[in-house]
Amino acid sequence: MKFGIVRFPGSNCDADAYRAVTEGLGQEAEYLWHKSHDLAGVDVIILPGGFSYGDHLRAGAIARFSPIMKEVVEFAQGGGLTLGICNGFQILCEAHLLPGALVRNAGLRFRCHDVGLRVENADTSFTRDYEQGQRLRIPIAHAEGQYVAEPATLDELEAEGRVVFRYVDADGEPTAAANPNGSARNIAGIINAGGNVLGLMPHPERVALEVLGNLDGLGVFTSLLHTVQASATADGPAALAGVGP
Amino acid sequence: MTEAVLDPKAKSQGEEPEITAEVVAEHGLSPEEWEQILGIMGRPLTIAELGIFSAMWSEHCGYKNSRPLLKTLPTEGAAVVQGPGENAGVIDVGDGWGVAFKIESHNHPSAVEPYQGAATGSGGILRDVFTMGARPIAIFDSLRFGSLDSPRSRYLLDGVVRGVGDYGNCIGIPTVGGETVFDPAYERNPLVNVMCIGVVPLDQLIRGEAKGVGNPVMAVGARTGRDGIHGATFASVELDEDGADSRPQVQVGDPFTEKLLLEASLELIERDLLIGIQDMGAAGLTSSGAEMAARSGSGIDIDVALLPVREEGMTPYEMLLSESQERMLLVAKPEHEEAVREVLTRWDLQAATIGRVTDDGMFRVRLDGKIVAEIPVDPLVDDCPTYVRDGIESPDVIRARESDLDEYGSFESDRAVQDALETLLDAPTIASRRWIHEQYDTSVQTNTLVGPGSDAAILRLPAGGRALAASTDGNGRYTYLEPRVGGRIAVAEAARNVACSGARPMAVTNCLNFASPLRTEVYYQLSEAVAGIGEACSALETPVTGGNVSLYNETGGKPIYPTPVIGMVGVLQDLEQRVPSAFQSPGDEIWVAGSTRDEIGGSEYLAAVHGVVLGPPPSLDLDEAKRLIDFLVVAAEGRLARSAHDCSDGGLAVALIECGIQASGGPLGFEADLDAVSVDGNVSEAALWFGESQSRVVLSCSEGAGEALSSAAKRLGVPLRRVGTVGDRATSCRLQGSGHHVDVSIDALHAIYESALPRRMSEQVGLTA
Repeated sequence: MKFGIVRFPGSNCDADAYRAVTEGLGQEAEYLWHKSHDLAGVDVIILPGGFSYGDHLRAGAIARFSPIMKEVVEFAQGGGLTLGICNGFQILCEAHLLPGALVRNAGLRFRCHDVGLRVENADTSFTRDYEQGQRLRIPIAHAEGQYVAEPATLDELEAEGRVVFRYVDADGEPTAAANPNGSARNIAGIINAGGNVLGLMPHPERVALEVLGNLDGLGVFTSLLHTVQASATADGPAALAGVGP
Repeated sequence: MTEAVLDPKAKSQGEEPEITAEVVAEHGLSPEEWEQILGIMGRPLTIAELGIFSAMWSEHCGYKNSRPLLKTLPTEGAAVVQGPGENAGVIDVGDGWGVAFKIESHNHPSAVEPYQGAATGSGGILRDVFTMGARPIAIFDSLRFGSLDSPRSRYLLDGVVRGVGDYGNCIGIPTVGGETVFDPAYERNPLVNVMCIGVVPLDQLIRGEAKGVGNPVMAVGARTGRDGIHGATFASVELDEDGADSRPQVQVGDPFTEKLLLEASLELIERDLLIGIQDMGAAGLTSSGAEMAARSGSGIDIDVALLPVREEGMTPYEMLLSESQERMLLVAKPEHEEAVREVLTRWDLQAATIGRVTDDGMFRVRLDGKIVAEIPVDPLVDDCPTYVRDGIESPDVIRARESDLDEYGSFESDRAVQDALETLLDAPTIASRRWIHEQYDTSVQTNTLVGPGSDAAILRLPAGGRALAASTDGNGRYTYLEPRVGGRIAVAEAARNVACSGARPMAVTNCLNFASPLRTEVYYQLSEAVAGIGEACSALETPVTGGNVSLYNETGGKPIYPTPVIGMVGVLQDLEQRVPSAFQSPGDEIWVAGSTRDEIGGSEYLAAVHGVVLGPPPSLDLDEAKRLIDFLVVAAEGRLARSAHDCSDGGLAVALIECGIQASGGPLGFEADLDAVSVDGNVSEAALWFGESQSRVVLSCSEGAGEALSSAAKRLGVPLRRVGTVGDRATSCRLQGSGHHVDVSIDALHAIYESALPRRMSEQVGLTA
């Protein structure tokens, strides 16, 4: 299968995503240039981390208007598997493919360190290879990662099992101390209602190579691979795992 | 040519001022230097020409006071591919790969505007590395501030850390190491040194050359504005009291443009479209143009009317001396000029062909075709006068060094030992840097095997299974008390840190931060410290591949401590052989390599606990230092040690506790008997616990593996003694030595160590005084 990794001019985790797919997962990857309109027949799109257009205005605010995003939005709206990591998550929210927004960290500073994550829904196309409730250790690296949304939206996300990752402490509890950026309800990653668009602030692609001594992020990529393989054997449109609780 | 110079159009863009003695002096040139320039030119100069000489003959570009000293440093070695004189040094790390690296200071701009000063410092050093064709893979920050009790120091620390962080974070280069030292000596003149390391396929290495008559010279990147005019000269004078008048000389950084430049430059180099490329750094277009021509023995003919500018009405003088950031000068292969333009346009970058390479050896500048400056390249670049001065050691320093330290040698009680230990763990120089490095992206690029907080950062290399280890070090207090020893120790400690990780130290980049060399006592410090660096680099077989000199670091007549900072890189042949610095498992044996001497002079203990900077710094035997490094590398290759941590600030007791605190799965307690270490002569209580004798390392190995470790040490002539055993988290730290005992929980010590910086920084960051 083939992953498409969008390269905005200021993407800086594009190569990491590429290595996670090619070296970690052993699958094909292709960069998709932001000025292009060609998705090159990829099975999954990754919007990688970085500072897409410098992000002087607001993270992801300009990227959503770039040429390739027209095709990305169509792809996602048509059920295509789309993963947004860090800046990619911000762009997905700006493009209204995911609800809510990411604002400046509560502590106002850039933060980079490993965080504890709990898999809140292991029944998605992005998390099927994890155990429900599994605790992961994955790095964050962002200044604007505080997830915010209307209470009603948050309630809906919770009720529909669309909160996929939550920041938790060593005991697996979503405490305030475990929340690195002040995100509402310790939310680290969410999925859309169709179950095909996932955004998260932590960087699974940075912990997907054996040599680095932590493979906690690889499950996101193997899950996508297995989802695509399953839909191929089903010989029909993407047989998504769905997001029901 | 003078007729052309007096072209009315040139005048209309700015009055051509008369060049009086005052104007010459304002440009930082002495009357003798001015005479020499007039001799070279054989005619009156234009103001643009004066500006060009002023920049090229500044300390920053011309190394007036340091060049004769720097020439004494060893620069050759089997692995050195590129030594000093290029944008960055390069060493061969095997399998066709090179590592390009360099350190640079941005002290004065950071004193005036810490955020932009630090950000643009990062930007400049990154460009130095990627203009060699290397992709930057790591940044290190080596910082010095005044006491954090002062609001100004807190303001500077906050701004510098945000500046270093935002720049590297945005471009996607991890900041993985460095050090931060706090001492009142840096109160008004902080030091901001940044090292960048990149990797380059050796067949793709490119240099800053302007070869081939008629080849196009292109200005690329940001437009040129009026910012930073005379930054190079600014860097070469001391700061006035508040530095505020200098604010217009500080540039503003744009990491997004830098990222575009990085990607575009590497693509141009990979596709072999260029002859040469250079950062328009200090002294902007002037130095990049003149230096590229000088390296190739060619000339260069540019028309500044073709330069993309940000502001209307800029004079040639301003365009030549602007230090607007994120600009590069490149010489394209003539047949590829269009391809070069295509790449740059794809990355949304400005590209303007502003001139051609010539063969007449002149740096010629035109405005709309009319010549406004025409200077022979060789004397401009190479004939900057250099000065060898008389250095005389300050009597104050001699007195301080020869002070009697007996009164500090013993402890009244066990409680006093514990208090000293806690004071040291709370000292910002020793305490956890987490508050700083968590503001840096440390894991982007997925090469970071060991990040901040360890003796050396370790990054995987593209070359088959190898890893790079690197560290920055430098102790201003030691260098103040005895400059030659301070220079040696800076090298030896950096090498030891790299070797603790298991890597063989290979090469050095240095940043020499000193006060005004016009003072005899400062020139003494500079010449002695460089001599010490040279001795150590020779003995440890780690040649110098480049670096930077920052002089005039003083404010209101108060000089900083002389602070040579060494950036050391080394290579691990097998990344699996890397050795962490902290303890690994309960039950492991604790060993100490090296000899402890009766040395507390210049220690953090004397400074933090007693508030004095006195005594001779610890001695450094270079043979001993070399043997220890060999032992550490052998121990790593044989997988004999489970951890190795250098003994430095705070001495043995602090080093042991750091090994326990930083254990990767959470702190581990331990017990250790300091009396068991190898000693050389009578050692005072304070020297045993907190002295900073050199060439000592705390190691651990699994139970029963001590014998193999010992026999390796014996074979290599390194004293090694078993001092204790690693416990678990519930185990308290039980230390004893010289009749004193300390028994305290590792968690309590950990809390002190971690809270030192956040506690001080959570107080409101005061605005500039």
